[in-house]
Amino acid sequence: MNNPKEHKRLVLVLVAGVIFMFGFCYMLVPFYKLVCKQIGFNGQSVQTATVPSANMPVDHTRTIKVDFVTVVHGDLNFQFLPLQRHIEVHPGETKLIYFYAQNQTGHEITVQAIPSITPSDAARFLKKTECFCFTQQYFFNNERADMPVYFYVDPSVPKNIHEMTLAYTLYDQTGFIKKQEHFTKGRIDL
Amino acid sequence: MNEALSHHGDAHADSGAHGPDKGFKRWLFTTNHKDIGTLYLTFSLIMLFVGGFMALVIRLELFEPGKVLINPELFNQMTTMHGLIMVFGVIMPAMAGLANWLIPMMIGAPDMALPRLNNWSFWLLPFAFSMLGSTLLMSGPAPDFGWTFYAPLSTTYGPKSTDFFIFSIHMMGASSIMAALNIVVTIFNMRAPGMTLMKMPIFVWNWLVTAFLLLAVMPVLAGCVTMMLMDRHFHTSFFNAAGGGDPILFQHVFWFFGHPEVYILILPGFGVISEIIPTFSRKKLFGYTSMVYATIMIAFLGFLVWMHHMFTTGAPFAAQLFFMYVTMLVAVPTGIKVFNWVATIFKGSITFETPMLFALGFLIMFTIGGFSGLMLALVPSDYQYRDSYFVVAHFHYVLVSGSLFTIFAAVYYWLPKWTGNMYSEKLGQWHFWLSVIGMNVAFLPMHFLGLAGMPRRIPDYALQFTDFNQICTVGAFIFGFAQLIFLYIVYQACFGPRKQALTNQVWEGAHGLEWTLPSPVPYHTFETAPQIV
Amino acid sequence: MQRFIARLILFIGSCCLSLAAFAIPALNMPYGVSPISHQIYNLHMAAFYVCCVIGAVVFSVLIYSLIRFRKSKGAKAAHFHEHLGIEILWTAIPTLILIVLAIPATWVLANIHNTEQSQLTIKVTGYQWRWKYEYLDQGISFFSNLSTPLDQINNKAPKDEWYLLEVDNPLVVPVNTKVKLLVTAQDVIHAWWVPSLGVKQDAVPGFINENWIYITTPGEYRGQCGELCGVNHGFMPILVKAVSQTEFDQWVKQHQKRAEHLLKIESLTLNKARAATHVAHARNTVELNAHE
Repeated sequence: MNNPKEHKRLVLVLVAGVIFMFGFCYMLVPFYKLVCKQIGFNGQSVQTATVPSANMPVDHTRTIKVDFVTVVHGDLNFQFLPLQRHIEVHPGETKLIYFYAQNQTGHEITVQAIPSITPSDAARFLKKTECFCFTQQYFFNNERADMPVYFYVDPSVPKNIHEMTLAYTLYDQTGFIKKQEHFTKGRIDL
Repeated sequence: MNEALSHHGDAHADSGAHGPDKGFKRWLFTTNHKDIGTLYLTFSLIMLFVGGFMALVIRLELFEPGKVLINPELFNQMTTMHGLIMVFGVIMPAMAGLANWLIPMMIGAPDMALPRLNNWSFWLLPFAFSMLGSTLLMSGPAPDFGWTFYAPLSTTYGPKSTDFFIFSIHMMGASSIMAALNIVVTIFNMRAPGMTLMKMPIFVWNWLVTAFLLLAVMPVLAGCVTMMLMDRHFHTSFFNAAGGGDPILFQHVFWFFGHPEVYILILPGFGVISEIIPTFSRKKLFGYTSMVYATIMIAFLGFLVWMHHMFTTGAPFAAQLFFMYVTMLVAVPTGIKVFNWVATIFKGSITFETPMLFALGFLIMFTIGGFSGLMLALVPSDYQYRDSYFVVAHFHYVLVSGSLFTIFAAVYYWLPKWTGNMYSEKLGQWHFWLSVIGMNVAFLPMHFLGLAGMPRRIPDYALQFTDFNQICTVGAFIFGFAQLIFLYIVYQACFGPRKQALTNQVWEGAHGLEWTLPSPVPYHTFETAPQIV
Repeated sequence: MQRFIARLILFIGSCCLSLAAFAIPALNMPYGVSPISHQIYNLHMAAFYVCCVIGAVVFSVLIYSLIRFRKSKGAKAAHFHEHLGIEILWTAIPTLILIVLAIPATWVLANIHNTEQSQLTIKVTGYQWRWKYEYLDQGISFFSNLSTPLDQINNKAPKDEWYLLEVDNPLVVPVNTKVKLLVTAQDVIHAWWVPSLGVKQDAVPGFINENWIYITTPGEYRGQCGELCGVNHGFMPILVKAVSQTEFDQWVKQHQKRAEHLLKIESLTLNKARAATHVAHARNTVELNAHE
């Protein structure tokens, strides 16, 4: 059975399998994003604006404390702070908060804030209707701005959740600049 | 070995076949499975000393707190290269070498299904490792991010040599994929008539399962390093949060490859042990069918446990539970295998030649490694163990006294068949006992170091860890130098003077097609397939 | 048979010796000073004992066989190679043992994940190669660097007791307080690990992870970075100082006065004029949205 022709079919099937697995590796990327969205891990499901339903009930029986935390990545020379440390919200209630940013790099720059939410079981319930993190943000040298986030905690959040943290990490977008609006609605220049 | 094969090549060749070429051309162009097996094993042995040298550099640096020999930058390169070389340059090629030598003979086939592909599979390896090794000579650091090369340390923060590392991995991966392809086709299409799958030697079964694992996950590794390359040079952001990517995705992709990879490293070894123990117990392997199913179970479950390498990354509770439970479950088929081996020995008629010694050493010490693995599976405990020397102890127990010991056992067991020369039993015993002692002295204290809080991959440590680190270094040197005995034994058996002529069967309890052939085996065997009853 | 018993006793004896080794503090996981570290320790010891028992059983049978069934002593091989009953048994029993181990593991993990009702929140940021601690509600922020002098590392000076485990600014927390840790990183992946507190959490750039500590005994607790992060991965230790509530309050007051890098949140939020602008702006924006 050392005839090459005998093996051709099996070899082709196996090679097809190998190519499939290589493609599978790349498929893992959107698949991973999908799974994270589905389970709401890290707030992955709320990277775009969520419009609250018109008759969303506000749960006045409890409040959730939302902490705000900022990180500036790498050696990017930026000031980036939340204007409030935390806020108490009723589930279903829309709140507006601001983040202050100042470009201290010495030149113009485009940045993006990447959000992250913890705990992971509650992350998918923190929804934003407007956020400076949805788009890249352009800053000329020394520009200062207050950037808004409109958010609410969905009323279906489990009863055992009393605290959440919303964190933003600010990244330099040089090399990744997208063709999109670089200002967010409600951004206040100072 | 050259002489042995060329002596008998013509005498036993069928008409039309011929003996091997002479000189280096033979080794460069050979398509003979025996020659390619020899090439793989020789390459692996050389890499064992290269990687071993790096291990000794590491252990020297860790002999005392403070800077001993090398700076932290070179230390990180040593740990990275040591891991890469041992995994991809020693264990995998050695197992491939065993596959090449043994599978055709065990199934009664004249050669592998795709002999020229076989040649290419091997020769990719020296090129791959030359490329990897050359990074040590470049200005700027060689890869220094651990053999697991997490992003963003390896992408955004990786040195220039990372790109050479990526290409090197691609070549190693291609080599493994082609070898695995060859093995699957050979096993499916070229078994002697009458040899059903359930009559195959268990070593062949284990390699069949391993080959499927390789075909499934080596492409994933290729995709992973390609994504790394794209992130580094083509402004993609698979693993870069700046562009919307995720460093944790890297870990998912890597470990989706990485966990089946460790089963790739051990399953052929399990096959070797399942051949050796019955021979030296003079008793058939207990539970052949359950051994086959256990191997398949282990391979299958191996795809479902990758996240146990990532328990502290911030995973959701439910995910941690799932992976903890499935990881613990792998202990069941693995335990079945251990019990079956013990049951084979029980009420057998046992002798203690060197292959059996290594098999028994494996049985005890791999099981110990398995126990530390079970402890690691428990998530809360893993929070303390992870990235500590407890993990280092675990994987060295399962890889050194696991995989490497099975390779030693295999060489001692089949070398007489391959060369026609019995190795020196006395020296073999010396090699065994020094290896066992060295191995335990080197790695048992690492459990304690990890529990006491020593992290891994650090070039320098707090004072309370000194004593055990010194013991580990001594053990490492004992183990390292013991391998010189092995080198001498192999050299003697291959090139030394012929002692007494060996029978076909060589070992009293040996069964299987390869033991029906003369020792040394002719250059071409089973040109006509035997009929299996 | 007697020789077998003698060897079995020897084997068990050496196991007990190794158990004794576990009793020596520097060789086993610390029992720690946190309820979580206690639970982890107990789980670890339970798993260890289970493994010891299984190992003792399996290795006894093996060693017994190796002695009793030697060919040199005239043993003749039996001919069995299957036994359904015993195979079912040694599949079912390990599975049961695993279930027994999984239950406490699940319970401890659930405890670790419960970060609610903390009284203090500290943000921990991993840098190459130091830690930054920010007490969010107190407005304190500082870096914690390895303070071992380079001379000691280069063997030019004798090493002191806490070589490589000492820092310039420790993390100070009050005892008997649930402290929530928000862990992230500024460059590559690090991990915050203090064995005595039973906590290890990866610090991933771009992500925020949470964990909690609760220290029952005042003292100093040391740890190290637990994820390879570059050249000086081994040189970014952690020192947690647990003090009484009064000491902690004093420490907070001192640091609030001294801190130059205070996050000026209070002054910003007190800027009433600015706040008014924001509200008006917000109202306009909302109305704009409504008309779109």
